[in-house]
Amino acid sequence: MKPHLTLDIRALPSYRFGHRSPLWWGTLGFIVIEGLGFIFAIAAYFYLQNQNPDWPLGRHPGLLWSSLFTVLLLLSEIPNTWTKRAAVALDLGRVRVGLMMMSAVALLAIVIRVAEFTTLNVWWDSNAYGSALWVLLGLHTAHLLTDAFETFVMAALAYIGPLDARRFPEVEDNQAYWDFVVLAWIPIYITMYWAPRWAAGAVL
Amino acid sequence: MSPPDIEVVDDQHVPRDVDVPLERLRDHLDNTWRLPPGLFGWLCSIDHKSIGRRYIVTAFIHLLLAGALAMALRVQLAFPEQQILGPDQYNQFFTMHGTVMMFLFAVPMVEGVMIYLVPLMIGSRIIAFPRLNAFSYYVYLVGGLMVWASFFLNSAPDAGWFSYPPLAGPEYGAGKRSDVFAQMITFTEVAALAVAVEIIVTVLKLRAPGMSLDRMPIFVWSSLVTSFIIVFSMPSVVLGSTFLLLDRLVGTHFYNPAEGGDVLLWQHLFWYFAHPEVYIIFLPSIGLASHVVETFSRRPMFGYPAVVLALISNGLLSFGLWVHHMFATGLPRLGNSFFAASSMTIAIPSGLVLFCWLATIASGRLRFKLPMLWIVSFFILFVMGGLSGVMLASVPLDLQLTDTYVLPSHIHFVLIGGAVAPLVAATFFWFPKMTGRLLNVPLGLVQWMLFTIGGLSAFGSMFLLGLSGMTRRVYSYPHTMQWDTLNLIASVGAWLLGLSFVLFTINILWTLSRPTKAPENPWQASGLEWSLPSPPPIYNFVLAPFVSSRTPLWDSPGPLPVVGGLRFDRREVLVTTVVEAEPDMRDPVPEPTVWPFIAAMVTSVILIASMYAPQPVAWGAIPFAIVMVAWLYPRRMVSPPAASVGPQAHQA
Repeated sequence: MKPHLTLDIRALPSYRFGHRSPLWWGTLGFIVIEGLGFIFAIAAYFYLQNQNPDWPLGRHPGLLWSSLFTVLLLLSEIPNTWTKRAAVALDLGRVRVGLMMMSAVALLAIVIRVAEFTTLNVWWDSNAYGSALWVLLGLHTAHLLTDAFETFVMAALAYIGPLDARRFPEVEDNQAYWDFVVLAWIPIYITMYWAPRWAAGAVL
Repeated sequence: MSPPDIEVVDDQHVPRDVDVPLERLRDHLDNTWRLPPGLFGWLCSIDHKSIGRRYIVTAFIHLLLAGALAMALRVQLAFPEQQILGPDQYNQFFTMHGTVMMFLFAVPMVEGVMIYLVPLMIGSRIIAFPRLNAFSYYVYLVGGLMVWASFFLNSAPDAGWFSYPPLAGPEYGAGKRSDVFAQMITFTEVAALAVAVEIIVTVLKLRAPGMSLDRMPIFVWSSLVTSFIIVFSMPSVVLGSTFLLLDRLVGTHFYNPAEGGDVLLWQHLFWYFAHPEVYIIFLPSIGLASHVVETFSRRPMFGYPAVVLALISNGLLSFGLWVHHMFATGLPRLGNSFFAASSMTIAIPSGLVLFCWLATIASGRLRFKLPMLWIVSFFILFVMGGLSGVMLASVPLDLQLTDTYVLPSHIHFVLIGGAVAPLVAATFFWFPKMTGRLLNVPLGLVQWMLFTIGGLSAFGSMFLLGLSGMTRRVYSYPHTMQWDTLNLIASVGAWLLGLSFVLFTINILWTLSRPTKAPENPWQASGLEWSLPSPPPIYNFVLAPFVSSRTPLWDSPGPLPVVGGLRFDRREVLVTTVVEAEPDMRDPVPEPTVWPFIAAMVTSVILIASMYAPQPVAWGAIPFAIVMVAWLYPRRMVSPPAASVGPQAHQA
């Protein structure tokens, strides 16, 4: 029996960028799930604030390290976007440089984050405010560590791993995940550090 | 269609599926897709049919075990003042019954059915991210084992299936019982979220060429909507149960009012998930029922666009109802009115689907086969459940009925009628496809009668008991309350229901011992899965089918038109575009591997250890990271030297 052939797809490629790749949709799916985790955690923070008229229950958290962290993340979008474009252009040399730069950025961000934890001015078991603060920062740190680790692995693979065209969409996805780590931080930063100050009547 | 891109990895010379005769192609595919032998091969399997079957069998065992607990509860309540179970045991029994049925039976069962059927229905060889799929199963398996182990160690959850603090919190929830509940949530939701992402990507990117969105089978639509509901609802309960665990383990105060926390925060986070959960269970059943109705009415589903839109609006509306579980907690009255209105609104799309089924039956040529009988029971029981739900949406009535037996009656009508009955119908319908054997019909008829009579009398009596003031979760009641007769009827009904599942199990086991002889399409159904042998080969389709209608097997007599050009010397699937399903890419499929199993074991050890101390999360991250690298480490492709990678490749 001969099959009724309507179409021959032998010339199609075995990798695609962006929304044409299943991997991109999978990454987006998990970004949505984790983004919702952040949204619910922020909602819980404000819910608890609503239950406590004298919020924050303790001193305000320090601004130095958190703001430095924010600036670093915003600036990191320059090498990050550069790396992403290098991946889409299938430029191995630039991808290697980009991944090394992003690994350094991630390391620096982790160091600043450790310092940031020391200036929260409240413990997680002091009260519900402290609990909410530590969970918000902990949740974001988990994402920071995950993507840092992934970036290290991708950078190593760019030098030693089996290389084929499929690595490049993966680099693109890894850098898109960094975008998410940056993007998720902005509302958390405002929630943790500025919202209670504004509520207390501070300027800026 | 846009002109296909020429790949930089030059494998154009490699022979393709259409270059060899069909018979030899089958042998090649058998070879390429074969698993390693033995138990090791079983642990390595990433085939969606194998993993789907494991989900279904595991969930079915949970159903039988949790059903046995319900039988025991009904023995206790059959007569007044019985002391067979003590109050503490009774608490564990009903909590286990509800928790296992909701989290370990119902949701994983629909996931298993989706994992098994969706790729077959859309003409694909795989589910997207097949290794993640295997990982999700093992995580779910260990979560279930942990819960039952805690039960046999007398430390099962005992604060009800919604586990409200402060009862479940550090102050009143003794021992590890509520920790088991909270970590069970983590296990099952990690698995469910992974499956949801897989199904979404499978449906959007792996459909057979020509299967545009408006030609998708209704079950595929319902799976897509269900997966979106999972993605948008489950993060809330994961966060809520993590808060509960942290409160109990490291002394946070999320649910402790003395230190600025709030117990209602749990109820919001829990019900924001748990109300949509009912739709996670119910919407796939709508899809399954639609195929049974269509097949036995001998005509395409009436009002396909209306049914699809109803599924989507059910999905959206399910997120606007959660506060109706909290009417009795003293929330602002305006909020109550809003949620009462939205709770009533959701009856509209559900009713619409029902009328489409009735119109399909009325305008078709009905054949009353066994699966169709189960659909009739589904209609009856689900309408009772649905209408009692509309009733409960009314705030004053809800305030009267909160925590009475009307509530368990309602949820059992909805879930036994609206989900279990169509699942049984689907089992009779798809069993020949999955196993190559048709289930025994006379036994199925007896089972159906026991189920329908048992269900109506058990849940009907519970409804009347609730109206006469019996509260839920009482372990015994005095004779003077005059609840004796109704409770006895409820118990007998429940036992009949239990008996029907004993018969079901016997039917399945007996049929499995018989030789395989089911034809490809015993019901003359219309979907792609019925064009395959029963059971299907590991690669599903020899050649990718080409789809040009909603009911391909009815509309194109003879062999299906196909699309050729995939390689057969390595595992490959065809990726298509999201809306029109035009061929877009040949995607290499990962090899079977044991790493997802190992990753699941590492995850399980971390999760279980973290019920006792927080540190395992930190040190466990190291082996987990190593395992993930091993899992995802790229393998060398056939021909591509790195030097051949150049910018000219990406000219899409």
